[in-house]
Amino acid sequence: VVGIRNKEVQRVVTDLEKNARETGVRLFDIADPQQGIVHVAGPELGLTLPGCTLVCGDSHTSTHGAFGALAFGIGASEVAHVLATQTLWQRRPRTMRIVLRGEPPEGVTSKDIVLSLIAKIGAAGASGYVVEYAGPLVSRMSMEERMTVCNMTIEGGGRAGMVAPDEEAFAYLEGRRYAPSGDDWKRAVETWRTLGSDPDAEFDMEHILQGDELAPTVTWGTSPEDAVPVTGTVPDPAVQEDPGRRARWIAAMDYMGLSPGMRMSDLDVDRVFIGSCTNGRIEDLRHAAAVVKGHKVRVPALVVPGSTAVKQQAEAEGLDRVFVEAGFEWRASGCSMCLGVNGDIAQRGERCASTSNRNFQGRQGPGARTHLMSPAMAAAAAVAGKLIDFRNLAAPDAVARGENPT
Amino acid sequence: MKPFSTVEAVGVPLNLSDVDTDRIIPARFLRKPADGGYGQFLFHDLRFDGAGEPNANFPLNRPEYQQAHVLVADTNFGCGSSREQAVWALTDEDTGPTGGFRVVVAPSFGDIFRGNAIKNGLLPVILDAATCARIRQELEANPGSKVRVDLSAQTITLDSSGESYSFDVDSFDKHCLLNGLDTISLTLEWDGEISAYEADVNANQPWMVPD
Repeated sequence: VVGIRNKEVQRVVTDLEKNARETGVRLFDIADPQQGIVHVAGPELGLTLPGCTLVCGDSHTSTHGAFGALAFGIGASEVAHVLATQTLWQRRPRTMRIVLRGEPPEGVTSKDIVLSLIAKIGAAGASGYVVEYAGPLVSRMSMEERMTVCNMTIEGGGRAGMVAPDEEAFAYLEGRRYAPSGDDWKRAVETWRTLGSDPDAEFDMEHILQGDELAPTVTWGTSPEDAVPVTGTVPDPAVQEDPGRRARWIAAMDYMGLSPGMRMSDLDVDRVFIGSCTNGRIEDLRHAAAVVKGHKVRVPALVVPGSTAVKQQAEAEGLDRVFVEAGFEWRASGCSMCLGVNGDIAQRGERCASTSNRNFQGRQGPGARTHLMSPAMAAAAAVAGKLIDFRNLAAPDAVARGENPT
Repeated sequence: MKPFSTVEAVGVPLNLSDVDTDRIIPARFLRKPADGGYGQFLFHDLRFDGAGEPNANFPLNRPEYQQAHVLVADTNFGCGSSREQAVWALTDEDTGPTGGFRVVVAPSFGDIFRGNAIKNGLLPVILDAATCARIRQELEANPGSKVRVDLSAQTITLDSSGESYSFDVDSFDKHCLLNGLDTISLTLEWDGEISAYEADVNANQPWMVPD
């Protein structure tokens, strides 16, 4: 705390510490090796459990639904209500099932899947709903992948997104610091096995996404729904029938410095951010490091692990050295450039390839232009200096000579 | 919370859809206490250009709308981050550019924003997209004209044309807004039930309570 130069920021941190101390709330503070972004650290610590109702003063709380928790973001007044009463007033939400199936091509990650999904249903497509993700593709996902999908539920307007807890979830949780153990573990798992939706359950709305047709995906605009395959182009507002959306597209193109028909793979980037509660987990850093290995970055690039535990794990695996040798900055955990805090911003007009969750105007700094994508795609953008399908990235010596396929 | 009954005030049109809470208040300003004057940062990067000069085209900067307490926007208003400062910036009477908003009208709202608004006495009114467009058009054609929002009657009336629309509102939300109720004290009336539930969870699902 002593190192925090800004007085207002220092007050936020010291008030939290003081309030937690006075009220007997266990705080994982800045210096705690178990600290991190709550949506990364909560599951790591086994605090996120199937069947629990979990709320935080952050919209990406939907992340925890990956474990079969009912988890959603709330504002400060509702946080106060929870602290005072341990309850919240809720209306029964409408229900939506999103079935993910098929076999995505090699290199298509859960980030590409969820961006494609939001492009399909729209940024308000799940507004008023709680979403259950189901289907064979979800069952095959790791917990990290499920968390990325559930995390982005809010970008489709849904407050909560969840996956029925299964063996994969139980295996992730077993032995975690705050997860139940011994007889409690056995009883808990027995209970958790009953939580899945009935086979004949009816939902108010259903969507199906076929994974086979997907490609690595990037956003062009200022809403997460503005997602296209990296092989695609900036759309033409003339083909948009909805007048409100057409106006938004035109404004977004102006803000992003794009025009209809431009190829996404022709766009140079000025900056790269790998991290956030969406893609700051160990699997994400492994994917990015695998792409980066042996290359050099062409633009300023930042890796910010989602928690101290992720950072330590990455360092134990030598991932930090891969990043640093390539010219990335390797940082302590936090939210950083995802929302342009602590001075981690892109400059006005700069194009940033980012693994975060929101490409809103000004999100990464006033006038900053954000393109959302997966960690492997952001890593490839850093070494190519442009948006590129990471599967086509040339060998390090060829890239160094400027021989990038488009 | 200030009870909400009827508001009669200038309405300002905002012809934007998907206005996220980052645009209502950018994250770099989220450092103050709740009463720290968030209104001064409302729509900061829309109201001001890169050099800090007011953007003359932004409706809140136009003289006719200086006293506006009713905002009429397009679909998915308040999407994105759960930051309640977005609502505090809108309602701030002291430092807000128009002396604070009491009503936002839109075809749809971000779910979390909507909840935050009600907690702070800001009434979110949902009307269909065509009606919202019509109201914005009327407010643009008659800048500075007033809008009357009656929560008891659940109606919104435009001064300039006399046209009136009714809107739906959840009965519990309406009750809390009309009476300026603090839901914490309401909830604490159920303390017995809450304690019984907690005792049951402690006994039957002890793993739910971390050690």
